Amino acid sequence: MPFKRYVEIGRVALVNYGKDYGRLVVIVDVVDQNRALVDAPDMVRGQMNFKRLSLTDIKIDIPRLPKKKSLIAAMEAADVKNKWENSSWGRKLIVQKRRAALNDFDRFKVMLARIKRGGAIQKELAKLKKQNAS
Amino acid sequence: MYHKRGIWAIKAKHGGVFPRHEPKEAPPKPAEKPPKYYPADDVRHPIPNHRKHKPTKLRASITPGTVLILLAGRFMGKRVVFLKQLPSGLLLVTGPFKINGVPLRRVNQAYVIATSTKVDISAVSAEKFDDKYFTKEKKKKKNKGESEFFETEKEETKALPQEKKDDQKAVDTPLIKAIEAVSDLKAYLGARFSLRAGMKPHELVF
Repeated sequence: MPFKRYVEIGRVALVNYGKDYGRLVVIVDVVDQNRALVDAPDMVRGQMNFKRLSLTDIKIDIPRLPKKKSLIAAMEAADVKNKWENSSWGRKLIVQKRRAALNDFDRFKVMLARIKRGGAIQKELAKLKKQNAS
Repeated sequence: MYHKRGIWAIKAKHGGVFPRHEPKEAPPKPAEKPPKYYPADDVRHPIPNHRKHKPTKLRASITPGTVLILLAGRFMGKRVVFLKQLPSGLLLVTGPFKINGVPLRRVNQAYVIATSTKVDISAVSAEKFDDKYFTKEKKKKKNKGESEFFETEKEETKALPQEKKDDQKAVDTPLIKAIEAVSDLKAYLGARFSLRAGMKPHELVF
């Protein structure tokens, strides 16, 4: 089982610790064995320890240390945002955020919806069981 | 300190002299007669307390029509509609009675979680309710004879006066109409709140 996600220029990573927790950033240069120079469209370029980054599958095509404008253009061309939001990891994070922001009334409505869905499933199951038995 | 307070500058402004105001003309005090009677012992008089309490500051999240979760007491966990803050600082609250059995009631702000769900309360007028409406009636003292010492007193169960029932209805009918306009809100108010596994109160958004 070889490695599949490498630290390289253009690798998109998720920040998993610190002030920028949850932000998607692009590795723009490597400082030394432990740190990378990291950039995102809405952030000042800065260094970050690799321990703070979780590498993703997404990679974009950029030269070393691109200008902010060309970085944004490259991200648009590779469609990073949509690729991330459609990936299972990205979708999970979106669902987690949505659940955390639920109101008490919303949680009640979700409970009613789950019971309703369960009821519909059980009805179909009972029908199929009956068909199978006969 | 003299230099820091700038006394020298004030003096310089007023020609070397610190400005003084002449004392105001005090109204002439009436001549006090020597008292006729001096008590034998020194009596301690309590110092009069003129402090007046203000009603408790209402949390910004609690506005008329907010759904509150009661945290203590007989109706613990019930979701209830907030009407107004009474002059004593307590919150006036109603179930509505038909939905969850909570009548017009006073509740302390500290035992309440305010949710962000609001009900339209414009059709309800809670003006006539204040703290006097909710005070218990004083029990009349019975003269205890010896025979009555040994008899157990039968507690007279007081039926709720019709006037209070009418008040409840008057407040609840427009409120229930507003509640039924929102889907699932009636069932929501009828259900009790409880913590389940995995719910962390400090992380929940109410």
